[in-house]
Amino acid sequence: MAKRIDVSGLSAYYGNHRAIEDISMTVEPRSVTAFIGPSGCGKSTFLRTLNRMHEVTPGGRVEGKVMLDDENLYGPGVDPVAVRRTVGMVFQRPNPFPTMSIYDNVAAGLRLNGTARRKSELDGIVEKSLKGANLWNEVKDRLNKPGAGLSGGQQQRLCIARAIAVEPQVLLMDEPCSALDPISTLAIEDLIGQLKERFTIVIVTHNMQQAARVSDRTAFFNLAGVGQPGRLIEIDETQRIFSNPSVQATEDYISGRFG
Amino acid sequence: MGHEMSETLTQDALPASSLSPLAHRRIPRWAPAGIAVAAIALGCGVGAAAGLASHLQWGLISLLLFVGLTYGITAGVEGRRQARDRVATSLVWACFVVAVVPLYSLLQTTISKGVKVLDGNFLTHSMGGVITTQPGGGVYHAVIGTLEQVGLASLIAVPVGLLTAIYLVEYGRGKLAKVVTFFVDVMTGVPSIVAGLFILAFWIIILGFGYSGFAGALALAILMMPVVVRSTEEMLKLVPNELREASLALGVPKWRTILKVVLPTSIGGILTGVMLAVARIAGETAPVLLLVFGNQLINNNPFSGAQSSLPYYVYEQYTNGNDASFDRAWAAALVLIAFVMILNLVARGIARWKAPKTGR
Repeated sequence: MAKRIDVSGLSAYYGNHRAIEDISMTVEPRSVTAFIGPSGCGKSTFLRTLNRMHEVTPGGRVEGKVMLDDENLYGPGVDPVAVRRTVGMVFQRPNPFPTMSIYDNVAAGLRLNGTARRKSELDGIVEKSLKGANLWNEVKDRLNKPGAGLSGGQQQRLCIARAIAVEPQVLLMDEPCSALDPISTLAIEDLIGQLKERFTIVIVTHNMQQAARVSDRTAFFNLAGVGQPGRLIEIDETQRIFSNPSVQATEDYISGRFG
Repeated sequence: MGHEMSETLTQDALPASSLSPLAHRRIPRWAPAGIAVAAIALGCGVGAAAGLASHLQWGLISLLLFVGLTYGITAGVEGRRQARDRVATSLVWACFVVAVVPLYSLLQTTISKGVKVLDGNFLTHSMGGVITTQPGGGVYHAVIGTLEQVGLASLIAVPVGLLTAIYLVEYGRGKLAKVVTFFVDVMTGVPSIVAGLFILAFWIIILGFGYSGFAGALALAILMMPVVVRSTEEMLKLVPNELREASLALGVPKWRTILKVVLPTSIGGILTGVMLAVARIAGETAPVLLLVFGNQLINNNPFSGAQSSLPYYVYEQYTNGNDASFDRAWAAALVLIAFVMILNLVARGIARWKAPKTGR
């Protein structure tokens, strides 16, 4: 069920400003790909082009091709809503729906999509998703309590459960641990390790150790200067990127000799 | 310089050995209340001595004395900076009192004059067959009129207002949204009599319909719509974008995101806004005067024939100019206030019940 992503010649704009330029890469199925790079280099923007969330921003538009197996996400007639059901996303800040209980948060994707199911079936999916997000044991006795009452780390795992409940092919994570403490971070990293057996995972992170720990492949993004579009510098096996990158800028960035 | 002064003041005021440099002498906790009591007593004394007839003047003198005394006493004991702080605090309190006094006095007058004739009979009878100079009769026909006119106006204005606000916040980009916002702002400023005249010209004179509760409701809807749009807009803007993105990223279509995530999150505030708008139009007299015409009898049909309404009834009874009518006017005013207050309480209840929960 996990799918390969093939990006070619992708540029993204905010109005007239080009945020990222001419990016081409392949994301392997059932693996974790990490995006690293300085702030403002377009990692998040690029991530959001992979499930057509970029165009939600006013003025956002995209040129180029993103192939999910052999379907172009930006092809004519492609429904962004359908794309987002296939490519799920977890955000930087945990954002459970404040009006909903823990149960309803996890079931939200299915319920809001109108794919009405029987209660027993929904129960099963909620349990499976919460177990998948390593949250089941902590919340199984209070599924009807509001999701906003959980701790930050729990909320983030709740958001992951919500994202995997709709059974996407790909899971995009935009700095999922940047608002969390080291223990919650560890929990989520373990979870990523488990999830990659079922999903294709792309994760944006500012934490180099995290990229080294969780990812199979790492992509380094950089920008030539302020106001210049971000570019993909290189993508390779994580081990290679961190031990023997082929571009000097990557080595400078990783070793902290940047700028 | 002020700083130096305060420092010398504090140092003069207390022996250096008794307190650490971070602590300073303070007036006791009860002192502000004591100063207030003293100021009121002094104010009354001064007022009585000067032979001022108006109690309002007594009160104003007391307020000024309160602020002045607070400054004087604290400046002497605690120093200049603390004195300024306390003066600001006492000014806030004084303004609060000034704001509450008229409200309280309005409620008190209405209640004390209104309860005289307010009983079951008053609420369940119309003015049919009642001679205006005689006691008796009631407000039933006006309550029916108000409920129907406000209900119809809400039925028109709330959906239109809600959808307009949703358009402006969720979809509106570019020229059209700017134009709509501009006209909503203009509409907010339309005086009620102008809205009434517009409907009078359009609905009754040009289209030839007669006076009716519905004509009044149309004018009320015009007054209500911009208020609903504005308050809903503000509430929708408060919904964090992250929630919209979370929903969209789950593959939920935009319209369902608005319906199932954005609106439920802001429903408490939206309802409060709607209730405030209802309260605003429930007290409108001018459009009713022009369009509903007024009626002594019960007319349950808002679509045909003249009706009454609570504010109109108050106006009508007061212009009758006799004691029995005055009593009825006050009682009707009390009913109107109670009606608006109940609406507000209901809105608050719903807002609290629907508000996003954070409990564990």
